[in-house]
Amino acid sequence: MTERHRRSIDEIEDRTDQILTAAEADLAPRAPALADELLAMGEDVLLAWLAAKGQTPTTGTVEGFRLLALHRQAARGNPSFNACRETCREAVWHHNLIRLDPTGPDTARNIRLGAMVVRHLALFVGGKLESDGLGEFCCSSRPIRIAEQTPSTPQA
Amino acid sequence: MADGDYKKVAYYPGCALEGSGHAYNASTKAVGKELGLDLVEIENWNCCGAMEVKNIDPKIQTYLSARNLSITEEMGFDTVMAPCNGCYHNLKKAEYDLSHDDASVEVNDRLSKKAGHKTYEPGKVETIHALDWIKKAVGEDEIRRRVKNSLNGIKVANYYGCMYTRPRHIFPEKDKGPGSESTAKPHFMDDILAAAGAQNVDFPLKTACCGGAHSLSDSDTSTKLVLNILTTAEACGADVIATECPTCHTGLEMHQIRAEKVLGRKTNVKILYFTQLLGMALGLSPNRVAVQENFSDARPLLKEKGLA
Repeated sequence: MTERHRRSIDEIEDRTDQILTAAEADLAPRAPALADELLAMGEDVLLAWLAAKGQTPTTGTVEGFRLLALHRQAARGNPSFNACRETCREAVWHHNLIRLDPTGPDTARNIRLGAMVVRHLALFVGGKLESDGLGEFCCSSRPIRIAEQTPSTPQA
Repeated sequence: MADGDYKKVAYYPGCALEGSGHAYNASTKAVGKELGLDLVEIENWNCCGAMEVKNIDPKIQTYLSARNLSITEEMGFDTVMAPCNGCYHNLKKAEYDLSHDDASVEVNDRLSKKAGHKTYEPGKVETIHALDWIKKAVGEDEIRRRVKNSLNGIKVANYYGCMYTRPRHIFPEKDKGPGSESTAKPHFMDDILAAAGAQNVDFPLKTACCGGAHSLSDSDTSTKLVLNILTTAEACGADVIATECPTCHTGLEMHQIRAEKVLGRKTNVKILYFTQLLGMALGLSPNRVAVQENFSDARPLLKEKGLA
């Protein structure tokens, strides 16, 4: 079995741009394949992060999806990944939505929204790859977890 | 505290609402007054430490929020409302730290004694957000009854940002089933604005990161993240993005302008605080809820929709 091509963050940004600008008539007939492609691109984003951190990516799944398992792995010890937990779940949701009703009237719209969600994941993680602190100021509360792991004796 | 007991609460505006988020402050107060709710500002409040202090010394930040909670208690209140996501998050985080981390308790006690005020003990004051305040003190039925200018015809993408729900463990009251807020799919703003007549769109990036903390240090990433939020809202059919955080609001407005200048990508979706939309639905003028202070000029849209 040959391993599929893993896209880089830049390639994912370009590909989502293509999907977003494609005509509706070009998207709808390829709905199931595009749903799978979007999900795979989401996985590629997290694989790029794990590779940059020297981690072996899990082959497991969470709730049936590798994307969610990869997110869980990436978030371990790195709470700023909280910031893309719902983004990953939205990517899975849109995948399911497209797959469940590939010929429905909203299919092209759902593909575009799914592409925007994956694009956000790529932008966030791409930003983190350039600037490791992205997301660690605000919602991640890294100090809470560090404090739990390593009791400190601050001087005040 | 039981639901519905939020008619008179202590108010912690925080620094942003006295500066870039002034319109949020004005509209929150105007909506409260219109709904017969009392906000009593915490006396001599201090900065919550925003996003910066916790990266230098999280226990100092815990103390900063604990001091505000201590003053709230001293003023005789058991509830404080913070409309800013950052302030709300930090007050919640302080409550969590003081319940779970002995070192934080020790630092808070030492600094409180040094500063000459009572040491705050967790559990004495409940922190709520402006969304909790409106939703529980007033509720959707009462909002429906009081609406004078329905938001009917305005399609809204509700943007909650990241700090309103994360990390989950500092918000023990959320995810408690029907009636409670959800950390995965927050809906309080959707509920309030739907009661005011708005058509909420299904918006998949309602809790996505806007890069707010890196607005200045990594502007390009923030601009791309914001542009994606704006274009997604437009793809969902939204006329307006409703916000409930001054940092998110300012980030969306400023990077909307920057995306056009730097990336040549113009978006037309307007950005309004949820309190501005609610206030106008309650019959307040756009000026009264400080719409003129927004960089994102929604006035032509509001005129078209009969709200201005």
